[in-house]
Amino acid sequence: MLDSNKDSLKLEAMKRIVAMIARGKNASDLFPAVVKNVACKNIEVKKLVYVYLVRYAEEQQDLALLSISTFQRGLKDPNQLIRASALRVLSSIRVTIIVPIMMLAIKEAASDMSPYVRKTAAHAIPKLYTLDPEQKDQLIEVIEKLLADKTTLVAGSVVMAFEEVCPERNELIHKNYRKLCNLLIDVEEWGQVVIINMLTRYARTQFLNPNMNETLLEEGDKAFYGSDDEDEDEENDEEKEKKVEAATLVKRKPYVMDPDHRLLLRNTKPLLQSRNAAVVMAVAQLYFHLAPKAEVGVIAKALVRLLRSHSEVQFVVLQNVATMTIKRRGMFEPYLKSFYIRSTDPTQIKVLKLEVLTNLANDTNISTILREFQTYIKSNDKDFVAATIQAIGRCATNIGEVRDTCLNGLVQLLSNRDELVVAESVVVIKKLLQMQPEKHSDIIKHMAKLTDNIQVPMARASILWLIGEYCEHVPRIAPDVLRMMAKSFTNEEDIVKLQIINLAAKLYLTNSKQTKLLTQYVLNLAKYDQNYDIRDRARFIRQLIVPTDKSGALSKYAKKLFLALKPAPVLESPFKDRDHFQLGSLSHLLNAKAGGYQELPEWPEAAPDPSVRNVEVKESVPEWTKCSSREKKKERKSDKPFYSDSEGESGPTESADSESDSASRSESRSGVSEESEEGSESSGSDEDSESEDEDEDEEVEMKKKKKETKITVKDKESEQSSDEEERRKMERKSKPPPPPQKKKKVASASESEEEESESESSQSETDDSESDTEVKKKKKTAVSKPPSKPTKKETKKEPEKKEMSLLDFDDFEPTPSPQSTPVNAYLSNSLVTDLEGLSLTDTVMSPATIATSRSMKSYELLHRITGEGLSVEYCFSRQPFNPDPHMVAVQITFTNSSSSEVKSLHMEDARLQSGMRVKEFPEHEALPAGETATVVMGIDFCDSVQAANFQLCTNTKKFFVSIQPPVGELMTPIFMTENEFKKEQGQLMGMNEVTEKLTLSEKCHNEHAVVQRVTAAANLSRVPCGSDKECSPGIPPPPPPKFPVHRFAGKTVTSGSMVLVTVATREERGAQLMINCEKMLVGAMLVKDIMLALTQ
Amino acid sequence: MIHSLFLINHSGDIFLEKHWKSVISRSVCDYFFEAKEKAVEPENVPPVLQTPHHYLISIYRDKLFFLAVIQTEVPPLFVIEFLHRLAEMFQDYFGECSEVIIKDNVVVVYELLEEMLDNGFPLATESNVLKEMIRPPNILRTVVNTLTGSSHVGETLPTGTLSTVPWRRAGVKYTNNEAYFDVVEEIDAILDKSGTTVFAEIQGAIEACVKLTGMPDLTLSFMNPRLLDDVSFHPCVRYKRWESERVLSFVPPDGNFTLMTYHVSAQNLVAIPVYVKQSINFFDSGSCGRLDITVGPKQTMGKPVEGLMITIHMPKAVLSANLTATQGNYNYDSSTKVLVWDIGKLNPQKLPNLKGSLSLQAGAPKPEENPSLNINLKIQQLAISGLKVNRLDMYGEKYKPFKGVKYVTKAGKFQVRT
Repeated sequence: MLDSNKDSLKLEAMKRIVAMIARGKNASDLFPAVVKNVACKNIEVKKLVYVYLVRYAEEQQDLALLSISTFQRGLKDPNQLIRASALRVLSSIRVTIIVPIMMLAIKEAASDMSPYVRKTAAHAIPKLYTLDPEQKDQLIEVIEKLLADKTTLVAGSVVMAFEEVCPERNELIHKNYRKLCNLLIDVEEWGQVVIINMLTRYARTQFLNPNMNETLLEEGDKAFYGSDDEDEDEENDEEKEKKVEAATLVKRKPYVMDPDHRLLLRNTKPLLQSRNAAVVMAVAQLYFHLAPKAEVGVIAKALVRLLRSHSEVQFVVLQNVATMTIKRRGMFEPYLKSFYIRSTDPTQIKVLKLEVLTNLANDTNISTILREFQTYIKSNDKDFVAATIQAIGRCATNIGEVRDTCLNGLVQLLSNRDELVVAESVVVIKKLLQMQPEKHSDIIKHMAKLTDNIQVPMARASILWLIGEYCEHVPRIAPDVLRMMAKSFTNEEDIVKLQIINLAAKLYLTNSKQTKLLTQYVLNLAKYDQNYDIRDRARFIRQLIVPTDKSGALSKYAKKLFLALKPAPVLESPFKDRDHFQLGSLSHLLNAKAGGYQELPEWPEAAPDPSVRNVEVKESVPEWTKCSSREKKKERKSDKPFYSDSEGESGPTESADSESDSASRSESRSGVSEESEEGSESSGSDEDSESEDEDEDEEVEMKKKKKETKITVKDKESEQSSDEEERRKMERKSKPPPPPQKKKKVASASESEEEESESESSQSETDDSESDTEVKKKKKTAVSKPPSKPTKKETKKEPEKKEMSLLDFDDFEPTPSPQSTPVNAYLSNSLVTDLEGLSLTDTVMSPATIATSRSMKSYELLHRITGEGLSVEYCFSRQPFNPDPHMVAVQITFTNSSSSEVKSLHMEDARLQSGMRVKEFPEHEALPAGETATVVMGIDFCDSVQAANFQLCTNTKKFFVSIQPPVGELMTPIFMTENEFKKEQGQLMGMNEVTEKLTLSEKCHNEHAVVQRVTAAANLSRVPCGSDKECSPGIPPPPPPKFPVHRFAGKTVTSGSMVLVTVATREERGAQLMINCEKMLVGAMLVKDIMLALTQ
Repeated sequence: MIHSLFLINHSGDIFLEKHWKSVISRSVCDYFFEAKEKAVEPENVPPVLQTPHHYLISIYRDKLFFLAVIQTEVPPLFVIEFLHRLAEMFQDYFGECSEVIIKDNVVVVYELLEEMLDNGFPLATESNVLKEMIRPPNILRTVVNTLTGSSHVGETLPTGTLSTVPWRRAGVKYTNNEAYFDVVEEIDAILDKSGTTVFAEIQGAIEACVKLTGMPDLTLSFMNPRLLDDVSFHPCVRYKRWESERVLSFVPPDGNFTLMTYHVSAQNLVAIPVYVKQSINFFDSGSCGRLDITVGPKQTMGKPVEGLMITIHMPKAVLSANLTATQGNYNYDSSTKVLVWDIGKLNPQKLPNLKGSLSLQAGAPKPEENPSLNINLKIQQLAISGLKVNRLDMYGEKYKPFKGVKYVTKAGKFQVRT
């Protein structure tokens, strides 16, 4: 029929052949006839021929080659589907001769226009690899190319190919990591599974363990400071800084999650809602292996949902849940009842559920669980009953309180009619009794009686062992039992026989009068047993216990040997330690390594360079200029994850010019200082900021003076400028001095500014200007790299200290542009904290916080009089508190106005509302009279304004003090664009929204003032909005809109809930204040505070 | 990934095999048969088996075993999920999934398998896409095909795989545009002897039947979305919208599909629609037992309870049952030891009762455990959780579709311990 001209006949023939194949019959004889039809026009015939071909090509290689040309033609077809299917069949033909053709086809298809063809190419890669592993290198090239593909269609398939061909090549993933994370949700479900599993492994190699808060004693990393290696990656720096800090500040290693790590967790979370159990499981294992403890809980719900699914799915899920419950019991506790067993469950499911229930048992729920177990014991399914008894035993060992109850229950089971049940109970009781044998001699007696009835060898052996072990508790019965056993010795199973010998030996040692003969008898019987183990044992014991002339040294210790206290067995879950296999994997399920299993790597000690994941940003240096500030903003936005973490500098934007990076950084730092000193001279300041080193001490000195004695601003200014003059002279190497008048002008400008707004933080503006200069710097350094290089090393050593002291001059003239890019505020903050970490131990008191603090409102903690000369003030420095991001940094300033030195200042006895935590400041050794000292502590207020009470102690006195935060300090600013803001706002409507009308006070004459007041009242950042904020300082700002709307964004420190503030101005100084916050209380209080700030 | 697939019937015959990579001898299934022997009940066969060279992952569905052979590490759920998807696809194509049907349509099945997996990795598993490539058989087409000699393989090539909405094909046309949504809720509960609830929760699903022209974009919102404790979606649903606004926004697949499944937490009190008064006793002497069951309505929200059925898995010793039912009829299958009492509609005035004696095997010990009762029921026009669909909006198309929402409550795994 195949030779017929008619398609229908051919089709009929092919159908029959396929049916034969399906049934597993051999149809290879027909190969020549079928292959002819490969060029058939009819699609269906063609398809069936393909099926046949793929099945038998391996066996008839030569003939199969005839068909190759057809596929080669197909590969050039204009229709993408034909190209794809040709490639698919071609690659499925397992004939080694065509490897080169396949390779060529795959390469071509990998750059095909159609994503579908590329997907097929990805599928073809593992096929070719299995056919000829020699091609690996070439294939990896193709994989690399396809990994860069941006379509969701390809992603899953290529990762699958990656997993099969070269799972060890993590470096191929680096560049595509973020893209994969972002695409993940749109990839088809099967691809998702593969990608998630791969990313889990990847993340394990690239990120730090989020749960490693334990002390990691560091090795004084001084060497780092000596090293000038510019290319040392930031993350490592970060690490080391942290370590230094850990040693000095806290005995705990603060952990900051890599933003990429966070990205992965964030993007996989919605997939827990997938309908595909495999995807859910994949996400669950990812969270289990990668997420911080606090976040793992989210997967419980989804996994419990899977328990509704088919029994096979349940089986796998329960296996994994069982493993998880061992490590993270709390996670599944709320779902305890979902693991209750139905009589219709298959046995294997029942047993697994039991396992989970047992793992979940704790003091509080044990009674309900035991009640549940009681119903199970009555089940008809005996295997299940046995498992239940085991489970009861385990509960009893784990939870001491219920041990007696369990034991009683089990003893009752001894009278059960089913032998299996009794036997199992005996075994479990034996284990339980071992824990406290003294109390339970009656149970032992009871069990001794059972030897007549129970035939299950394991149970008999257990009873005998028990009697032997505790024969002193049952002195009368024991010999009797031995007598019975001696009688039936020959008919017993081997394990029973061994126990009889043991019993005999033990009795002989304790009660040789009664049992001497019996023991002899038993040993004689055993001597001629068939089993050599038993013969050996008998011989050994005889030598040991029966005193003979030449008895060795050992026999003296016979009693010790036999009647030593045996440790009680620990009843462990069979699922313990299974988590070293990746959850959800076949290997985990089998508890054995399956072929091709990729070990889940341990967390690295230090995270590898995160910048490898940076995708080349197209931005070139000129784009970083002011005129393209919009673009810059965009850039910022995309980099946000970086800046919002304290690893600020490692952002992708700098990866392009990492060489000049540090230089520009140090420059920009000094730029800041220059900036603040020189005020508006922001754009011109870059040339004289090359290297300033030495005068840190002076700076500090000056700062102190400033603090104690309120030198008039004018004086200070002049001092400053003279100071600076000096410095310039000292340092300037190549640059000409700036015109002096300019400086004066600046001084006056800044002076007035300072007078005006001492308490208002113009931080954001300063930071703003800082970033501006930074930008400039970057541009500049990119241009003039060579000159900056020599100075780089010098500056690198100490920039941090200097920087921080210089930051002191924060509150000065803002740049002409009112542009406020709050991310900068954050950036600078994180910069500062980074530097704080970098600084050596003695400066840990963080001059950085001093720097900003002076613009903050400070509150009195301890009055000079009550403190007997010690006065204490605190203020909220608005810095992220480094050791714990959920804490609010509180800066405390001690002033010793008494005549004597105050020693060992520290805090004690914090009395806190539940949930609140305090990170104490390190003890301050001594505060000489007249001196001032500043420390920083962190308090987690739990997003409430409740006061934190504690004792402030000196060597002689204790003072009760309390710190109460204004609601505005419970948040940290976050940067978002207007659109993001609106989106977030859209989610916080209704109850979460508070609106208030108000009349602005007269001082709030311009928007600048409004912004200032709001940011002073609450630690929020301005959301750049509309056109009016985008212009560069060079160009005069366009006239502001008549009624501008100001938006501010932040999040609460503890819970990270969004806080969004909108101030819409109206005519006649009217305004509307709107606050959207998930925490309604915070919102309500914040409204009051901001109202107050704006109306007064 | 998946190396080979074997379909095995209840009695242990391999009636279909398919290999995606090199051929694996069917003797590999011997390990499976061994396990099957050991397990007695087909449900108890371990889903994952290890053999010296391969791993066997199997599911049991519709009296058939789907056995996949694996050679290397692969997430077992991945395979299990795929096998279930496969079974569902057969169901979708042929109306049922049985040995006879599969044997009859072996060519279509083979083509399906070919399309669904490539080299053992899932390729196209969306029914919409597959149906475009391989048309499901129907009688009319068979007649036409024999006359014209054309085939059931799509002439035109599919576009679905290439579009951004892989679950929907382009160019759908209907004269009547309809969208029906069935909110189906199932009560999972365990009641103890005295009738108190040990555990109860509600599992719901929204089954949709959407026949709309073009590329409609639908939005479904609920009156009380807060009820939903845990949800899972068809891939077409946009997670983001749900996260932010608690509405389901989606471009639907064509035809029947499950839009979402949800879970109403056990913390909320779950209304139990019926109560059962039962006493089952076995006597030590005379090898017989007594059974007395009465069912009555409890919290039905004023809706009639229909399709009431009680299934009891009797202990092995029970030989026969001699009972009288005041309503409906009962049937005791002495080989499987299952007693089924089909009551039908529950009449609140005259409560149905089943009473009588059970005869036990002579000499066999009295069963220790009383069998538990599994209850089936159905309540129309009621979602027991109280979930209500608020509205359905359509965007992207001009016509006005006909919309309908139906509520049904069923008993899921509803068990009364005795």
